[in-house]
Amino acid sequence: MKGWMGKFRALTLFGSLALILSGCGQENLSALIPKGYGAEKSLDLIILTAVIMLFVLIIVMILYVTVLVRFRKKKGQKDFIPKQVEGNKTLETIWTVIPIVLLIIIAVPTVTATFDLADQSEASKSLNVEVTGNQYWWHFNYEGEEIQTSQDLYIPTGERVYLNMKSSDVIHSFWVPAISGKMDVNPENENTMFIEAYEEGVYYGKCAELCGPSHALMDFKIIAVSPEEFDQWVEDMKNVDPEAVAEGETAQQGQALFQESNCMGCHAIGSSPVQVGPNLTNFGERTQVAGILDYNKENLISWIMDPESIKPGNKMTGKYPDLSEEEASKIADYLMQLKPSSITPEDAGK
Amino acid sequence: MREVKVVSNAATHKRGFGAVLWDYLTTVDHKKVAHLYLFGGGFFFLVGGLEAMLIRIQLVKPNSEFLSNGLYNEVLTMHGTTMIFLAAMPLIFALMNAIIPLQIGARDVAFPFINSLGFWLFLFGGLILNCSWFLGGAPDAGWTSYAPLSTTSPGHGVDFYVIGLQIAGAGTLIGGINFLVTIVNMRAPGMTYMRMPLFTWASFITSILILFAFPALTVGLFLLMFDRMFDSAFFDVSLGGNAVIWEHIFWIFGHPEVYILILPLFGLFSDLFSTFSKKRLFGYTAMVFATMLIAFLGFMVWAHHMFTVGLGPVANSIFAIATMAIAVPTGIKIFNWLATMWGGQITINSAMLWALGFIPTFTLGGMTGVMVASVVADYQYHDSYFVVAHFHYVIVGGTIFGIFAGLHYWWPKMFGKILHEGMGKLTFWTFLIGFHLTFFIQHFLGLMGMPRRYSTFAPNQGLDLGNLISTIGAFFMAFGVIVFVINVFYTAAKGEKAPDDPWDGRTLEWATASPPAHYNFKQVPLVRGLDPLWIEKTEGKGKMTPSEPLGEIHMPNPSILPFMMSFGLFVAGFGFIYQVDNKAWLAVVVIGMGITFGSMLIRSLKDDLGYHITKEELEREAD
Repeated sequence: MKGWMGKFRALTLFGSLALILSGCGQENLSALIPKGYGAEKSLDLIILTAVIMLFVLIIVMILYVTVLVRFRKKKGQKDFIPKQVEGNKTLETIWTVIPIVLLIIIAVPTVTATFDLADQSEASKSLNVEVTGNQYWWHFNYEGEEIQTSQDLYIPTGERVYLNMKSSDVIHSFWVPAISGKMDVNPENENTMFIEAYEEGVYYGKCAELCGPSHALMDFKIIAVSPEEFDQWVEDMKNVDPEAVAEGETAQQGQALFQESNCMGCHAIGSSPVQVGPNLTNFGERTQVAGILDYNKENLISWIMDPESIKPGNKMTGKYPDLSEEEASKIADYLMQLKPSSITPEDAGK
Repeated sequence: MREVKVVSNAATHKRGFGAVLWDYLTTVDHKKVAHLYLFGGGFFFLVGGLEAMLIRIQLVKPNSEFLSNGLYNEVLTMHGTTMIFLAAMPLIFALMNAIIPLQIGARDVAFPFINSLGFWLFLFGGLILNCSWFLGGAPDAGWTSYAPLSTTSPGHGVDFYVIGLQIAGAGTLIGGINFLVTIVNMRAPGMTYMRMPLFTWASFITSILILFAFPALTVGLFLLMFDRMFDSAFFDVSLGGNAVIWEHIFWIFGHPEVYILILPLFGLFSDLFSTFSKKRLFGYTAMVFATMLIAFLGFMVWAHHMFTVGLGPVANSIFAIATMAIAVPTGIKIFNWLATMWGGQITINSAMLWALGFIPTFTLGGMTGVMVASVVADYQYHDSYFVVAHFHYVIVGGTIFGIFAGLHYWWPKMFGKILHEGMGKLTFWTFLIGFHLTFFIQHFLGLMGMPRRYSTFAPNQGLDLGNLISTIGAFFMAFGVIVFVINVFYTAAKGEKAPDDPWDGRTLEWATASPPAHYNFKQVPLVRGLDPLWIEKTEGKGKMTPSEPLGEIHMPNPSILPFMMSFGLFVAGFGFIYQVDNKAWLAVVVIGMGITFGSMLIRSLKDDLGYHITKEELEREAD
C-alpha cells in the first residue's frame, strides 16, 4: 500500500499545480500576474524561493518513497533485527551545509529587495499621497495639490507614487496585490511605501488586517492612467466648484436634501480635508458604491437608506435623519452627477 | 500527621458514577490527569472543529449570508483561540502527562498537586472563554487580539478572552514548570540526559519555552485587561499609548508558542520512527541539539509576524535571516528521521501512518515557512490565505498529526486497549486527503488576492472555485474526526485488550503494565543506555533490572483543592468582567477570590503527607 502513497502524493501535487497554472486568478487582483514594481519584486522572490524549496521537497520525497518501498515490512517477510546505526557524521554534515548554502542564496536577494522597496530617496520629487485608513473606507489626499478622493486612488503609470499612510482608528493594511505588497496602516505612526504601476488599469485593493465586522468589505481601487491623462485629471480636480448647482430638477432637490440632512457634517465635496466620512468630490466617477457594490442608482439608494445592512459597524448609520426612498433617490441623482473630471476609470483602459 | 492505610487502591473495581467522578475531580495521579487533559482538550478540539466547519460553510460560495459579518469574526476568533489554547496545548499535555514519568522511570511527576491544579485552571479558563457565546457574544478581534481593535471592541467578548486565557495560561505555565522539575529531578538511576527518549527531551525543551514565553502573554493580557476594565491607556494612541507594542508582546509569546505546539510532537515522531523501524534513532545527539537550536531561535524571530508593520528594512532583514536559519535544524531532523527508517524493517499501522503522513505534509509547511521568511515575498503572503495555508500545514501537519499518532501509539498505555486499526486507517486517509484538499489550494487563493479573516468574498474575482474545493476538503477532515470519535467509543466498549508492550517498544513506558499501576513501577528500573527496554530485550532478559530493593512506596493524597482554587478564579473572572457595568459585581470578585485564597490557605496550613503502599501489599500484587 505504501508504494502508492508516495505516488498519490506526487499526483495530487502536480495535479493541483496544473490546475493552478491554468489560472492565476484575475489580472487586476492576483499577485501572480504583477502589474507593478513591488508586485514584480515580490513575485521574483516567490518564484526563487518556491523553486529552491521544490528542489528540497523533491529530494525529501525521493528519499521518502525509496525508504517506504525498500524497507517496509512486506507480507510474509520474516522479522529481523536491523543494524542499530548511531549516525553518520559525513551525511549529517552534508544535510546541514547544503541547506545553509540554499538559505544564503535566498537571503541575499531578499535583503537586497527589502532595502530596495524601502528606498525613500525619490520621495521629495515624486507624487506623495496621504492615505488614511478608516473603518471601513480609504481616504486619499494628494499632497501639494490638495486634491481629496476616497475609495478610488488615481495614479500615473510608470512613476513612483509615495504613500504616507496612517489610520484614524484601528490597524488596517493597504494591499493591492497586482501592484505591490501590503503595508500596515497604524494609528500611531506614518508608514511610507511607494507604488509604481506599469500598465493602465483598475486594480483591486483590499484591507488585509482584521479591523472589525466589515473588514472584508473595505475594498478600494487604484486607477492607473497615463501621465498625460493624470495631469488632466489633476487639473480637472483642482478646478472643482463644490457649490456648482446640479442639473435637472430631482438632482437639484437632492442637492438641497443633501444640505438639509447635514451630510456635509461628515462628507465633503471639493478639497476640504474633512475626514469623518468619505470625500464625495468625484462620486459620479466612482467604480463602485461603498467599495463593494456595483455602481448603479439602485445600490446607491439602498446604501443611503440603510448602510448598516451593507457594511455592519460603519459610522454612517444613524448619523442623519431617516430618508424616504424618494428622498434617497433624489440624493442619488445629485451624487451621481458629481463628475468633475473628463478622465474616468474607463480611461484606464478597462 | 496523617497516615492512610490503603487496602487496595490499585484495583479497578466497578464503581458508581459518583465515585468515578469524585475520583477524577480529586485525582493527582499523572495518568488520570492525562485522561482529564485528553477529554477536556478533545472536547474543545471538537468545538474548534465545529467552528472551522462554520467558517468553511460560510466561504463555500461568494457573498454567502450563512453567518453575519460580526458573528463570522467571533467564530474565526474562537476557532483560533480554541484550537491553540484549549485543544492543541491540552492534548499535548495529555500525552506528556501520560508518558513522561513512565519514560524516565519515575513513579510520579514532581508536583502532583500542581499538576492537577494546572488542568483545572485550563478547564475553567476554557469554560469561561466559551461562556461568552451564551452571554452576549464571543471575542471578535482575532486570536491575536491586536489593539486597538481589541481595546475598542464593544460588549464583553474580548473581556472573556482576557480572563479566560489568563486563567488557562496560568495552568499551562505551572504545568510546564512541573514537567521541567520532573525531568530534571525524577529520572531513574542511569537515565542520564543523553539517554532520555526524544519525546522526553522535546517536552523538556518545550517546558523551558513555556517558562519563558507564557509570562509575556500574562503581562500582555494584564495590560489589555487594565485598558479594557480599568481605564488605563497602554494601547490607546490618543492618550499616548502604543498599539504596535501589543503586537510585539503578543508575538514574543506567540512565536515560541508555535514551537511549544510542535516540538513535543517532533520528539514523539522520533520515538515512533525508531520503534516502528526497529532501529535506534539516527543522529540522536544532533536531534537533541537541533531541538535546542529550534527552541532558541524560536525566541529570536517573533517580528517575522510583523514584516508589514513598518519596522524598516534593517529589522526586517535581521528577522528574515534569523527565521530562515530555523530551516537548518528542522531539515536535520527530517533527514535524520528518513535515515532512521533507512535500513530498518518498517511496520505500518495507524500510529505509524500519521507519522509517515507528517513528513511530506510538514516538509511542505516548512518550505512555505522559508518562503514566508523572505520579507519582500511576505509583503504579498502576509495576512493572506497563503499564510493560512502555511500555518495549517505546520500546525495540523505537525501538531494534529502528531497528537493522532501519539494517541494511536499510546492508547494501550493510557487505557489498556488498542484502538481499532481499520477505523484508525480510515480516519487517517480521509483526514489526510481532506487536509490537503482544504489547505493546498489556499496557498494559491492567497496569492490570487484572498486576504485572511474575510467573512465573505466577491464573485468573479477568481476566488470561487478554490474556496469551494477548500470547503469540500474540510468535510473530509470532519468525517475523519467523527470516525476517530466512534473508534474511541467502540474501543472502550469492545476494544482488544492490550498487552504490556504491543509495539515491541524500546523505551521505558513499555516496561510497565497496560495501563500501569498507580505507582507506575513497583521497583524503579536501572537504565543502562539509550532505549533501555530494547537493550534488555536484545540481551535476552526482556524486562528491566530494578535499581532498588522492593520497599514502601510513598504516594500523594488526592485533593479537591486544585478544583476549588480554579473554580474560585472562574467565579472571580465573571466578577472582573461585569464590574465594568455595575460595581456590585465586585462582590463576586471577592467571593471568587475568597474561594481561591481560602483553598490556598487550607493547602498551606493542613499537613498532607500522603500515604505509603506497604511492601507486603506490593508483593501480593501480581507482577
